[in-house]
Amino acid sequence: MPPTTRSDISLRVNGETHVLTVDNRTTLLDALRENLGLTGTKKGCDHGQCGACTVLADGRRAVSCLQLAVAAEGSDITTIEGIADGEDLHPVQEAFLELDGYQCGYCTPGQICSAVAVIKEHAAGWPSAATADVRPDAEPVPLDAAEIRERMSGNLCRCGAYTAIVRAVARASDETKVTA
Amino acid sequence: MTDLTESISAPPVGVVGTSHVRLEGREKVTGAARYAADVPFEGLAHGSLVLATVARGRITSIGVDDVLAMPGVLGVIHHGNAPRLNPEAGLLGTGDATLQLLQDDRVPHVGRPVALVVAETAEQARAGADALVVTYEEEEADLVFSADHPGSYTPAAAPEKHKGDVDAELAAAPVVVDQRYTTPQEHHSAMEPHASMARWADGRLEVVDSNQGSFLVSYVLSVLFRLDPGVVRVRAEHVGGGFGSKGIGPQLILAVMATTELKRPVRVALTRRQVFATTGMRAATDQRVRLGADSTGRLRAIDHDTATHTSTIHEFVEFPGEVTNALYAADAIRIRTSLVKVNLPTPTWMRAPGCAPGSFALESAMDELAEAVGVDPVELRLRNEPEVGPISGLPFTSRNLVGCLTEGARRFGWADRDPRPGVRREGRWLLGTGMAAGIYGAGSLPSTAAITAHPDGTFTVGIGAADIGTGARTALVLVAADALEVPTSAIRIDIADSDLGQAWFAGGSRGTSSWTWAITAAATDLREKLADIAHIPADGITGRADTAPLIGALEQRENHAHGAQFAEVAVDPSSGEVRVRRMLGIFAAGRIINPLTTRSQLIGGMTMGISMALHEEGLRDAQFGGQVNGDLAGYHVSAHADIPAIEADWVPDYDPSNPSGVKGVGEVAIVGTAAAVANAVWHATGTRQRSLPISLERILTTTNA
Ligand code: FES
Ligand code: FES
Repeated sequence: MPPTTRSDISLRVNGETHVLTVDNRTTLLDALRENLGLTGTKKGCDHGQCGACTVLADGRRAVSCLQLAVAAEGSDITTIEGIADGEDLHPVQEAFLELDGYQCGYCTPGQICSAVAVIKEHAAGWPSAATADVRPDAEPVPLDAAEIRERMSGNLCRCGAYTAIVRAVARASDETKVTA
Repeated sequence: MTDLTESISAPPVGVVGTSHVRLEGREKVTGAARYAADVPFEGLAHGSLVLATVARGRITSIGVDDVLAMPGVLGVIHHGNAPRLNPEAGLLGTGDATLQLLQDDRVPHVGRPVALVVAETAEQARAGADALVVTYEEEEADLVFSADHPGSYTPAAAPEKHKGDVDAELAAAPVVVDQRYTTPQEHHSAMEPHASMARWADGRLEVVDSNQGSFLVSYVLSVLFRLDPGVVRVRAEHVGGGFGSKGIGPQLILAVMATTELKRPVRVALTRRQVFATTGMRAATDQRVRLGADSTGRLRAIDHDTATHTSTIHEFVEFPGEVTNALYAADAIRIRTSLVKVNLPTPTWMRAPGCAPGSFALESAMDELAEAVGVDPVELRLRNEPEVGPISGLPFTSRNLVGCLTEGARRFGWADRDPRPGVRREGRWLLGTGMAAGIYGAGSLPSTAAITAHPDGTFTVGIGAADIGTGARTALVLVAADALEVPTSAIRIDIADSDLGQAWFAGGSRGTSSWTWAITAAATDLREKLADIAHIPADGITGRADTAPLIGALEQRENHAHGAQFAEVAVDPSSGEVRVRRMLGIFAAGRIINPLTTRSQLIGGMTMGISMALHEEGLRDAQFGGQVNGDLAGYHVSAHADIPAIEADWVPDYDPSNPSGVKGVGEVAIVGTAAAVANAVWHATGTRQRSLPISLERILTTTNA
């Protein structure tokens, strides 16, 4: 194969730096799954339409199927495997587990990564399409069900676990506030 | 060795009926759970499908050589070199030509797999598949299904069913509702695209798959490839949803062909578009429902006619009349089905086949009847409650639809409802409420199970069950714990492996009832064996069961799960938007094993029902047959923002025909949802919606603002 079709890159994932050679066509999603063995991140559509492949890139949500691995160099990536603190589950994971915020579990890694970022985005004062008053000096809105639904809408769940997911995100956001 | 009496004389723990988080929950929330495409294999090659681009015709050439010259490409499997398959293979025991991939040059419909390109990496395989030039001789295709299609016929699988003289009763009835209802093609869209890995190892064909029943898949695969059944081993540890679509997928057949030809482990994962194109769908239906009633709303006649479609290669019959079979009493009932073969992919089972589209028609018509006779919709249903099977005359195993209706009405606050349509306004929104009843068959099918008692006081349950998100793994451990009278912590369970022996698949809402029976029977066998011995040997003592004779001895009964669903909607007549504001479902579905996961499954079914009501419609090009919206952007399934806080609960019910009293819950929860929403839309706007989905344009073109 001509050398131009492959690249040596380094990816920082879950706090570790990995040096790897990828096909230039390889998406970040496939690099995580196939090259690094981090199969927790799922492929539901490969087209940015379902959210199953959501990871955090520098703390912000990103669909890893829409990014080439070669373009992810320099970002700090967190996947579902990096959300828990060792054996201690993140409050979002704990809430999904206890409130049954999933069924088949296939959308779950994406939902959880998204929820972790949603809670941070909200705490940082970012508005959503459900926020009535978006002026910079507006009172902070609570992360209620309508806000959660709007902010989580990029993550499809065909099992229909939305009702429980919304509860889990609300509970985790309360707990995160308490422990923060 | 442990003293036996210790391990089995613990007091009854009675965990069935109490909530337990999923056994595999931690794996699922940490990303550790491995689905079919997640399992690594040494030397794995990747296969990518090539699909037919014409609606009908013949393949005239396949540009294999150019693709073989591409980097990393290992082979191209096509009809010229593919292994010959046994035409007698099919999931239901008779030949299903849908499985006969790459057997000849015929193209029966667009999207039919015509080749598989196998390469070292997934990117190379995809590039090869994209580059493969296939030429066709096109033939005229018949692509549009309609109720008056000249090719319509009554399929042998769904003959006319009736009791009494429907025409006479309709003629004599003072009130008649006569309407047509249509439902579109719908796609399962499980979040995990179908994926399979196949390899030959130590004389066995080993498959890691995404399916709803590994034993059945292994068996059909052995028939298809003419292998000894014991040679094939299929596993599907975690499955990302199925909803009826995960039987034997094309990716599995092609992966087996490829590994057989190329002597490499091969994984084939479908793209989302290929999932739409190649894994079946719910067929579109055009239903005419005629209800004849006396002035009090008592039904004299129900006439339910369905027109639907299948492919030209296999007869699959979507059977909406199923819902009319046992929901209401009437003096005369008639169910008819007509089928048209068109050059489209073969439809298949999708969550609550028959009853989901059928209930949209029947339960919408019942609402129209309630309006016509001026009787409350809940009361109308109570007045037509049958004592025995309305057509069969057989007794019910158990039936508590009345409990669903009355408890649902109470909790929803139905009693205060003003029946008049189109009179509630809140700013730009018109508000309304609606309800519908639902029914879905229950029962048990033959399964085997084994339970091994170990000397340390623990037990291993082995059963060929599948957990496609239902919580089966957890529920089965609860049942085993009670049957063995030990805590759940003493039990380990192995499922989803064809080597565990024959078991019914996760389908027809008959998984849990079938598997729990086999487990309780195996527990009985084990306890009898343990009673005869003093100590458990190191390799354990195994109790086994095969429920076939027990199930064969059952008397015939009408056996169904029931439900009643209530919806409140807001409709904006100027934008056409419909919002479901709240939804309540009350079910009578036998004994509930694990309330936590059962509630999730019921809410999940209702969520899919809202999606069916408002969003889902597979659209096809009338000239070429291709799906216009075959991805998750074009084919919208309900997202977070579409779904309110849905409530689901249940009333007492117990199926005496199986030892655990269980009926399935997977399907009944989507039966009636679309009608409840449509009836609420009528109550909000005063306009009936008789075609799904109730899209913005349907509201805009039918409702006066
Ligand atoms: S796989 Fe990336 S959004 Fe669906
Ligand atoms: S849990 Fe199955 S898709 Fe969300």
